[in-house]
Amino acid sequence: MRDQFYRIFDGLCAQLQGGERLRAEYAGEESDFVRLNQGRVRQAGHVSQGAVVLELVDGQRHAAAECNLGGDPAQDLAQLGSLVQDLRQRLPLLPDDPHMLLPEGVAASEELADDRLPPAAEAVDALLRAADGLDLVGIHAQGAIHRGYAGSRGPRHWYRSHSFATDFCLYHQADKAVKATYAGFDFDAEQLAAQVSEARERLAILTRPAKRIQPGSYRVYLAPAAVAELVGLLGWDGFGVRAQRTHASPLHRLVQGEAQLHSTVNIDEHFAGGLAPRFSEDGFLRPERVPLVQGGRHVGALVSPRSAREFGLEANGCDSDEAPCSLELAGGSLPRAEVLAALGTGVWISNLWYTNFSDRTACRITGMTRFATCWVEDGQVVAPLDVMRFDETLYRMLGSELEALTVEQDFLPSTDTYYQRSTDSLRVPGALLKGFVFTL
Amino acid sequence: MSQAVLERFRRVVPAVDHCSLRLVHEEHDLLTVRRDVLQPVRRTVDRGAMITVHHAGGVGYGATCDLSEAGLRHAAEQARAWAAYSAGRAVVDFSALAMPAAGGRWACPVERSVSGRSLVDLVGVLQDASRRLHPDERIVDWTASLWSTRSRTTLATADGAVVEQELELLSPDASVVASHGGEVQRRSWGGGRGASQQGGLEILDDLDFGAVVDRIPIEALQLLSAPDCPSGNMHLLLAPSQMMLQIHESVGHPLELDRILGDERNYAGTSFVTMDMFGSYRYGSELLNITFDPTVPREFASYGFDDEGAVAERQHLIRRGVLERPLGGSISQARAGLSGVANARAQSWNRPPIDRMANLNLEPGDSSLEQLIARVERGVFMRTNCSWSIDDSRNKFQFGCELGRIIEDGELKGLVRNPNYRGISATFWRSLVGIGDRSTVGVFGTPFCGKGEPNQIIRVGHASPAALFEAVEVFGGAS
Repeated sequence: MRDQFYRIFDGLCAQLQGGERLRAEYAGEESDFVRLNQGRVRQAGHVSQGAVVLELVDGQRHAAAECNLGGDPAQDLAQLGSLVQDLRQRLPLLPDDPHMLLPEGVAASEELADDRLPPAAEAVDALLRAADGLDLVGIHAQGAIHRGYAGSRGPRHWYRSHSFATDFCLYHQADKAVKATYAGFDFDAEQLAAQVSEARERLAILTRPAKRIQPGSYRVYLAPAAVAELVGLLGWDGFGVRAQRTHASPLHRLVQGEAQLHSTVNIDEHFAGGLAPRFSEDGFLRPERVPLVQGGRHVGALVSPRSAREFGLEANGCDSDEAPCSLELAGGSLPRAEVLAALGTGVWISNLWYTNFSDRTACRITGMTRFATCWVEDGQVVAPLDVMRFDETLYRMLGSELEALTVEQDFLPSTDTYYQRSTDSLRVPGALLKGFVFTL
Repeated sequence: MSQAVLERFRRVVPAVDHCSLRLVHEEHDLLTVRRDVLQPVRRTVDRGAMITVHHAGGVGYGATCDLSEAGLRHAAEQARAWAAYSAGRAVVDFSALAMPAAGGRWACPVERSVSGRSLVDLVGVLQDASRRLHPDERIVDWTASLWSTRSRTTLATADGAVVEQELELLSPDASVVASHGGEVQRRSWGGGRGASQQGGLEILDDLDFGAVVDRIPIEALQLLSAPDCPSGNMHLLLAPSQMMLQIHESVGHPLELDRILGDERNYAGTSFVTMDMFGSYRYGSELLNITFDPTVPREFASYGFDDEGAVAERQHLIRRGVLERPLGGSISQARAGLSGVANARAQSWNRPPIDRMANLNLEPGDSSLEQLIARVERGVFMRTNCSWSIDDSRNKFQFGCELGRIIEDGELKGLVRNPNYRGISATFWRSLVGIGDRSTVGVFGTPFCGKGEPNQIIRVGHASPAALFEAVEVFGGAS
């Protein structure tokens, strides 16, 4: 696909006129999706998709168009050539854009992973075998992901991965379930079986009678998946400089220095440690990492090319939405093996769900517990809990109430498949909190 | 184009029990002016096809944007291969299902198509709006936007039935951020694309876009100095701009039959509603009448047929508070043994249909807004959703609005900021004590309902009158 994309792009560049510049993004994938419920197939299929975004630039004017590629290079070139003509006719109708910023130079990069995946049917077979007799629900997704960029002044970037994600739950009954995700580039049926087996063991706890607790403040341990839900929500306008400069960020008070997090909280956009391409949608190379919070204080922001122009800053590799794609919360000092003892009596929360800001300025977040959330007494898991709602500020959860972060972090590849399979990821530890307020 | 693709489809249909093609061609134009600067202009053309096969009890699909005969043949082979794999392993015997076989055409009414207006004019509309959205320096961010969509879908079966549908949609948006002295408040139109409807530029006139862009910055500025919403159990009057979310999250999603059947338990969640409740369960008070109605002209999720070809019809889901039928399409109905609605819908050509809301509406009552307010001794009137969260069974919820107004002794009083409320779906609707008449009805819609594995977003519409609830837990912000 890479060579075909570059050939088509070169053909389009040959049609440029005067001082015009052209840039192109490519996003495509070959994906198998098998959806399961009660250990049986609900939907199964294959999606083959690829689309190009072309942007024609003349001076400070620019316009973009996106369309799918059909697969026939001559027809694709003709179709995209027609798009360039349309864009050429639009440009005189548009004003100059004072915030346009294009990558200069002729940087090039390539990440070309090998395909080491088994046929998807074999992977699904392995999952169904491992979960035989269990109420299994979830999805297996796998296949190639391609991302590309080309600019008429020379930059070329290409990314290709072959990944899988088996995202599933084992259910006891009603809403009592254990969730697990097995994802990566090398599918090992034995590793998957081990993960299913571990989930099966945890499921046994959920067969005990559920305990109900009253709203109030409790000691809690947030497992890494629960921490990921909180930190992931902050990606929604939290770290982007555009939201920060216009006071729309939920981290407004942190950015202004009016509030701070616990001194052990360090958050980076760790591009080098994630799965996403090392170039942005605009063709900018990504640094190894961008520090965002250090020692509990705001130290940096994600800056898109447009924001760089708007606010007089340097762009640092993020896309136009200024959302993180490889966020990392650094580990702390509590060994994971000691979490239950350190928690003592309280609530072990494996997953949080449906978080949202209930007061953005105060960074107050509401959400629910989900899946295997259990009551712990004297360091022993006693019973599953019915789901509970919380409503807490980040400045308490990762600030005044934070007792410790675990030494170990979990690497959590995103299983999102909106529009396309995500290449985002999070790397986070677990968090032990002195107090966490349940409201309903 | 679609005729040529159909002919190719006929040539590649495999010898299977059932085979269909769904061809989607959508064009999107996004124009946004932020802080008086036109943002990058983009036109998106998305076209492709999904071939679905049912054979020997199994199910499979192949989706491709390669619409050549070779591309469709490959997609058909993928669909057949997955059907073969799932045969004997599927949740239901797909070959035994009677899939909808009607043919027909449907198109939404459009008075003034966006495509008939020049780019210069459209940018001018937004630049004018942008200027009006920041009346003083305390407005620190402001945006006006138009997202227009033209959609053509062709659904064909190997047996010869063909359904063709055409839509034109407009999702206007306007929002501001006001900031002063450490306080930050936002106002928007419908909570982010919430004013979406089917049709063309007539929507801007009908919804009085000009008045909206004049009003929301003033309200945002007023909120900066407003007191925080009070806390306590009190009456809650919800405007249609919040009712859309209340209906969506605590009626719509719980009634989706695929959730009840367990398909969504790994992602979007399950439901507190179980199959034995239909026909007898008291979901709400006698005032609660909820209809699934994809026949309402201009509402955002109207259509003539769902994406499996079922004919769309208005149906009561809840009548006088009693649960009647679920939101389930043909396949879910067969699995559950329940009557449902025509709601098997897909985001686009590259995702398979699943049970979705379409237009899900609360039927109006006979009280004017003034009459509803007059009944309240102490309460809050809330408008425009800004925060939503609900548990995976769609029961324990907490929602927040951009703007509240105190009601005391039957009269509307001053603004309050950060209004929130929480409750439990299973009991909340039983506290519905007043329903507004037609004069209070607002029609809203959003392009952003997420669900499914692989993930999909879908367009939904919600029309509702103002609604009054008693003894609701209301509270404000943390600041």
